[in-house]
Amino acid sequence: MTVQIHDGTRWQTVCTLADLQPGRGVAVLLPEAGQVALFRDRAGTLYAVDNLDPFSGAPVLARGLLGSRGDRPTLISPMYKQVYDLTDGRCLDEDTAPDGAPAVLRRWPVRVASEEAAA
Amino acid sequence: MTTRPHDRIRDLVLVGHGMVGQRFLEAWAEQPAARAWRVTVLAEEPRPAYDRVHLSSLFSGSTAEDLTLCPAGFLAEHGIDLRLDDPATAVDRDRRLVRTRSGTEVRYDALVLATGSVPFVPPVPGTDAPGCHVYRTIEDVDAIRADAETAGTGVVVGGGLLGLEAAGALRAGGLDTHVVEFAPRLMAVQVDDGGGATLRRKIEDLGVTVHTSAGASGVLTGPDGRVRGLALSDGRELAADLVVFSAGVRARDQLARDCGLPVGRRGGVVVDAHCRTEDPAVLAIGECAQAADGRVYGLVAPGYQMAETAARTLAELDGERSGPAGEGFTGADTSTKLKLLGVDVASFGDPHGTADGALDVLYSDSRSGVYRKLVIGADGALLGGVLVGDTEGYGTLRPLAVGGKPLTVAPEQLVLPAGFAGAAGPVALPDDAVLCSCHNVTQGAVRAAVRDQGCDSVAAVKKCTRAGTGCGSCLKQLGTVVTEELEAAGVSTVKGLCEHFAHTRAELYEIVRVTGLTSFTELLTRHGSGGEGCEVCKPTVASILASLGNGHILDGEQGALQDSNDHFLANLQRNGSYSVVPRVPGGEITPEGLITIGEIARDHGLYTKITGGQRIDMFGATVDQLPVIWSKLVKAGFESGHAYGKSLRTVKSCVGETWCRFGVQDSTTLAIELELRYRGLRSPHKLKAAVSGCARECAEAQSKDFGIIATSAGWNLYVGGNGGMTPRHADLLAADLDRETLIRTIDRYLMFYIRTADRLERTSVWLERLEGGLDHLRAVVLDDSLGIAAELDDMMARHIGGYRDEWAETLADPERLRRFASFVNAPGAPDPAVTFVPERGQIRPARPGEAGRTLDSPVLVAGARLEVLTP
Ligand code: SRM
Ligand SMILES: Cc1cc2nc3c(=O)[nH]c(=O)nc-3n(C[C@H](O)[C@H](O)[C@H](O)COP(=O)(O)OP(=O)(O)OC[C@H]3O[C@@H](n4cnc5c(N)ncnc54)[C@H](O)[C@@H]3O)c2cc1C
Ligand code: SF4
Ligand code: FES
Repeated sequence: MTVQIHDGTRWQTVCTLADLQPGRGVAVLLPEAGQVALFRDRAGTLYAVDNLDPFSGAPVLARGLLGSRGDRPTLISPMYKQVYDLTDGRCLDEDTAPDGAPAVLRRWPVRVASEEAAA
Repeated sequence: MTTRPHDRIRDLVLVGHGMVGQRFLEAWAEQPAARAWRVTVLAEEPRPAYDRVHLSSLFSGSTAEDLTLCPAGFLAEHGIDLRLDDPATAVDRDRRLVRTRSGTEVRYDALVLATGSVPFVPPVPGTDAPGCHVYRTIEDVDAIRADAETAGTGVVVGGGLLGLEAAGALRAGGLDTHVVEFAPRLMAVQVDDGGGATLRRKIEDLGVTVHTSAGASGVLTGPDGRVRGLALSDGRELAADLVVFSAGVRARDQLARDCGLPVGRRGGVVVDAHCRTEDPAVLAIGECAQAADGRVYGLVAPGYQMAETAARTLAELDGERSGPAGEGFTGADTSTKLKLLGVDVASFGDPHGTADGALDVLYSDSRSGVYRKLVIGADGALLGGVLVGDTEGYGTLRPLAVGGKPLTVAPEQLVLPAGFAGAAGPVALPDDAVLCSCHNVTQGAVRAAVRDQGCDSVAAVKKCTRAGTGCGSCLKQLGTVVTEELEAAGVSTVKGLCEHFAHTRAELYEIVRVTGLTSFTELLTRHGSGGEGCEVCKPTVASILASLGNGHILDGEQGALQDSNDHFLANLQRNGSYSVVPRVPGGEITPEGLITIGEIARDHGLYTKITGGQRIDMFGATVDQLPVIWSKLVKAGFESGHAYGKSLRTVKSCVGETWCRFGVQDSTTLAIELELRYRGLRSPHKLKAAVSGCARECAEAQSKDFGIIATSAGWNLYVGGNGGMTPRHADLLAADLDRETLIRTIDRYLMFYIRTADRLERTSVWLERLEGGLDHLRAVVLDDSLGIAAELDDMMARHIGGYRDEWAETLADPERLRRFASFVNAPGAPDPAVTFVPERGQIRPARPGEAGRTLDSPVLVAGARLEVLTP
């Protein structure tokens, strides 16, 4: 079973489901669109967000941990440990990044093979 | 224009350049009147004023320079003429002259005596034999040290504050140490019988033998005339190679006596509240003076108050005083708080309850060596107290007692040691203390955020105040304050690890240990609240599983729990690259090893730096380069240095006996052995250690989680030291251990810590929090008071037996290696966003907006080639 991400133009096959360890992520290089962090949680849901960490400016979010806060699935940055809500990409700890931009991660549509996966 | 009462430059002569003399000079220099005076200082000692209070630190590696009180340039700046090594021998008050030993005469308009005191040596035979010492000056310390090198046994005559300090110094020098005290208890002035008994027990536990109700009746000498023992007033004889007399001091008032100035009945130049003697041109301050209240103070703080008073009194003569005259010096508080031989002792206010109707409230626990007594007046006000073994609360109790303030809490709550149910909590931080230094947020601002701005969690407070969003090192404290404030507002808070577990780390450890569960999911379902877990509980469980020996940390579900650094077995750097730290046990490395590291770093274009942990760090590797670099390191015999793990980091060493001319044991070999023994041991926080070859302590063992200092008889083991953000000096756990006992004790200490500490709690904080403190720890690891020693030993044996190098094992398994790819869909492609620029012949991460280059792997960019890349 393969995993696909929609890069804004089309669905791209990026890896197999077996490449994703539940609770962890991988980084994906989209030639047109840059870097995406792709995760699978223990329940099997897939998430894809920007790999760039707004707080450090380093492309590292794929190396963060998955978690949950209440009912919300979260991603914790490995650099300074800010927590993001994976359902809308918003940072739950701080509203804005040091450069003044809103601390929100872009979310990318993601699916397994051809059927839509929860995104 | 007012005419000045005097228009010529006048002469001020100070006799004695000790602690109080120096403070006088500083206070005098601040007076505008000082400009019209010339100052001459006559000093007996060969060096300017130094910190006598910390004299004993000379035994633990401080130098005479460290103790100096007279800043460079101070004398020149104020035109002070300091004449060292030329004491005053006589004062001619009629001619206003001071004569010195070298025969010079110095005229004065005003004379200040600050001659301090001399140690009292009982008038018994033999006290001038070689091997007899007093303890007051740097020269005394040098002489004691020289004798101690060849001595086996030392006796200190005097069990007061100074005597116990001297005993501590002899003890640290590895001598079999005895203390002889005339009174029935130790520190008779400061503490009461109960406190004295507790103190005695604790000191005897450290191996010092105490003889009370016994005086010295004579020094016994051998055929060579040297000391061989001490005869006691009770008829016994103690063998000794060295004797230190520390039985009190006597004011040095001879100059005053000789020129006819009144002295007190028990010595001390009589002065009034303005520090003037009967002769208005002569003042006396510090230990040589008997103050207006009839007392001679043997502490430095009252001396300093007298120094300031005297400076004002002299300025008054010129009508040009700066600052209020006040009432002068009419007496001082003699509260003291000390650490003697590692035992905390405090005495404040009226410790003996001499006032009418005074009553005691007492807590005493001989087992843990804690004694706390408060003296309460008939009206309920706190009058004073004695604290031994646990001086918590001294900071608030002393001002209460000294101010005679009524107590707002029941006194029995105040005597209970911290941590007991019912005990009044520790002294709180003031609200204006800065809690987060990255963003300069005070504790008050954090409280206000919770109270007034509706923040109901640490996350909300972070958002609103920015506290905790910098380096993160204040988060723990932030959590405590937020919890306190929420509780005060009646909001219930969860004591557990995080929203997923209501348990502390220690409780979870026990659950995992007893149930044998190895699956996080199962643990979360059975014992937690479900969900996914978070950045707090996942790595905590990962660490517990690793501590309990569950195979490779990247295997199966464990791999998903690790913090990012552990997950890649390397340290994440600010631009997303990683650093690589091979283990260099004890900091010892062969030239071949250095060359290999150098070659690998050069071939991969890595930045190299010597770390603060005596090893080499290579920076700038991308995830996909890590396996290549490590395969080369492993091939050359290197192992993971665990710089990324909450686990043993380094055991620093000094060259020790093997090379160093002062070393008394082979510290390097021991450090290597310990580093190899505990490598890979996962723990609640990182563990650092060091071994020094002698008390000079070049390996800084007393700032480590466990530190070892060689003595001539074995090894001293220190625990709970910390550098970093809240430095803590380690405590001596046990002295003169042989190698085997030392290692067994460390094994148990570490395993006990791993079992009971909180998440991310260094041993320093853990030890502070541990109920019963150091004594309890000692009882557990040395006397097996909890009956768990065999279990702890067994767990350490399992750790050592099960150790495998994490990197070698990773390289051997393609499944574990899969994670080391920059991109899942482009394996082998280097990360284009991780870029570097050259600096000083190496690389550094490009800053935002700076055009950098990637390190294509493997590529040579070191040395001269770098310059070509400069934009
Ligand atoms: C590399 C090094 C600095 C250097 O250039 O010399 C260093 C680097 C880091 N230190 Fe350190 N520390 C280094 C020696 C020290 C020392 C000195 C020592 O060990 O003798 C201390 C004080 C001693 C102590 O820990 O008691 C030290 C106190 C800290 C602290 C504060 C700990 C505390 O208890 O307050 C942190 C933060 C933490 O651990 O929470 C820290 C954290 C870090 C981290 C891990 C921060 C991070 O998460 O990125 C740094 C990353 C290391 C890396 O990327 O490789 N580092 N750090 C040193 C590595 C030593 C080694 O060979 O392993
Ligand atoms: C080991 C030790 C530990 C101590 N610990 C503490 C403590 O924890 N807390 C505390 O409050 N106090 C402590 N004290 C006491 C403290 O050091 C003294 O109270 C303080 O030094 C007094 O200062 P002073 O200037 O009066 O005397 P000193 O510091 O003794 O200075 C007097 C100076 O005058 C010189 N002198 C004497 N006669 C002449 C002369 N005729 N001509 C020229 N110079 C002369 C002496 O050589 C000396 O240098 C300790 C003392 C010692 C020895
Ligand atoms: S190197 Fe070691 S043995 Fe030598 S002085 Fe320093 S601590 Fe002592
Ligand atoms: S001190 Fe608060 S974040 Fe650094």
